[in-house]
Amino acid sequence: MENYRIDPSKGLEFGIYTLGDHIPDPHTGKRISAQQRIHEIIELAKLAEQAGIDFFSVGESHQDYFTTQAHSVVLAAIAQATEKIKIASSSTIISTSDPVRVYEDFATIDLISKGRTEIIAGRASRVGLFDLLGYDLRDYEELFEEKFELLLKINKEEVVNWEGEFRKPLRDAKVIPRPKNGSLPIWRAVGGPPASAIKAGYAGVPMFLANLGGPAQSFKISVEAYREAARRAGYNPAKLPIATAGFFYTAETTQQALQEAYPHINQGMQLINGRGYPKQQFAQGADTRNVMNIGSPQQIIEKILYQYEVFGHQRYIAQMDFGGVSFENLKKNIDLIGTEILPAIKKYTRK
Amino acid sequence: MKIVLLSGSNVGTKTRTAINYTQTSIAEKYPEVEVSLIDLADYDVQFSDGRNYLEYEGDTAFVIKTIMDADAIIIGTPIFQASIPATLKNVFDLLPEKAFVDKVVSMIVTAGSPKHYLIAEQQLKPILSYMKAQVVQTYVFIEEQDFYRKEITNDDVHFRIDRLVEDTVVLTETYQEIRRAKEAEYGF
Repeated sequence: MENYRIDPSKGLEFGIYTLGDHIPDPHTGKRISAQQRIHEIIELAKLAEQAGIDFFSVGESHQDYFTTQAHSVVLAAIAQATEKIKIASSSTIISTSDPVRVYEDFATIDLISKGRTEIIAGRASRVGLFDLLGYDLRDYEELFEEKFELLLKINKEEVVNWEGEFRKPLRDAKVIPRPKNGSLPIWRAVGGPPASAIKAGYAGVPMFLANLGGPAQSFKISVEAYREAARRAGYNPAKLPIATAGFFYTAETTQQALQEAYPHINQGMQLINGRGYPKQQFAQGADTRNVMNIGSPQQIIEKILYQYEVFGHQRYIAQMDFGGVSFENLKKNIDLIGTEILPAIKKYTRK
Repeated sequence: MKIVLLSGSNVGTKTRTAINYTQTSIAEKYPEVEVSLIDLADYDVQFSDGRNYLEYEGDTAFVIKTIMDADAIIIGTPIFQASIPATLKNVFDLLPEKAFVDKVVSMIVTAGSPKHYLIAEQQLKPILSYMKAQVVQTYVFIEEQDFYRKEITNDDVHFRIDRLVEDTVVLTETYQEIRRAKEAEYGF
């Protein structure tokens, strides 16, 4: 755990992530400018740090309704604006970038942030970027596996010898600057069925497991498959951290949280995936056994502690800004996390 | 209410003939319904390659977006090689997994032989159920002998299509009403 900068004795880490979506507020139909959105993301990271939140991350999506395509640039700004919060990508689509360039960027952000930076590498759930960045969608799987391997290799070795299918070979190539402590925590982003979790386990890399909703129990299958695969590949699963990521929204009462969150999530899903979030399923999201962390602070504390029991994970990250949520409501959420949720979670999970 | 009539093949004329009659039937009885007719023979639809449906372009994008925007879909399909045509299956493959959530789907089948009667039951319905459609259980099965030169000659087929149209509209209205009432109960 130490090489991933995680100390389980301090309890479950709590983080916030944004996909950098840029969606009109469903109540007003108005959309803030890209400039304002990016500044609000940076400001949100500062507020998260002040509230004692452990982690903040930004994702890349190259399509309409997003604004952090250049997520590493936004992370650099956050690195400068904050002092102690951990920062990361969520995720970096390594398949359509050059791992050398990604490593240079993130090692630099690590130096700017003085050793607080991590990479979460993913395969992309929206695939428009393959055309945009000049890759063939048919190589979806291979592009990721090859480039992810290279990224891990660069993290281990300053001088790299490598060859593969999708870029020219590297011969005694020196990849610099190096991160503050020599290497970066690099995670594999996992979503959907256990197949992807198993790949993370075989590679012995920590796993970030995304979930949009449904019973926590269903996601336990991926967690167990991950640990089992790691064990088979000769790694000790006890040394590999797991993080979970999903929707979050809190308000004074659970009903109010559902009322405030639903229009944003529904419209956001409609615009980005082409289908809204079915109300029936959203209503079930309030249940303690459902992974979606939407509810009163008390309900969310119960949910997160239940998930902690089920998964035995080391970090949970919350997506609360999806679908044009006003900055004022984001501040309220941060406030409730800092004053009510975080202290309870830490109290019960600290060893 | 938006109904899409989908003629699911780019071969032959019988399915299109049945769909044309269906369009007339809706226009007569339910003039307020907004109808779009998509005959796959008129469009250049590419094979599904796994991307999100919003990311397709041209005819492909038009066809699947029109279907996604519908409240109800009446699928017309011939039977080829004891199955649905590849053109129709491709439309299902282009759509997201639960594309038919909150949509009513009904079926009109044209076939060269009565031996094909159960194909819709055993091959098409399971696909529609998997994609979460509210399926109108009774379908209209039309044989070769019911057509003559792009006209339906069997009055019973007219009656059966009229009933299918009625069932489709009534089920769509009812289902929307049930859903509205149920969602109002959630209070968010």
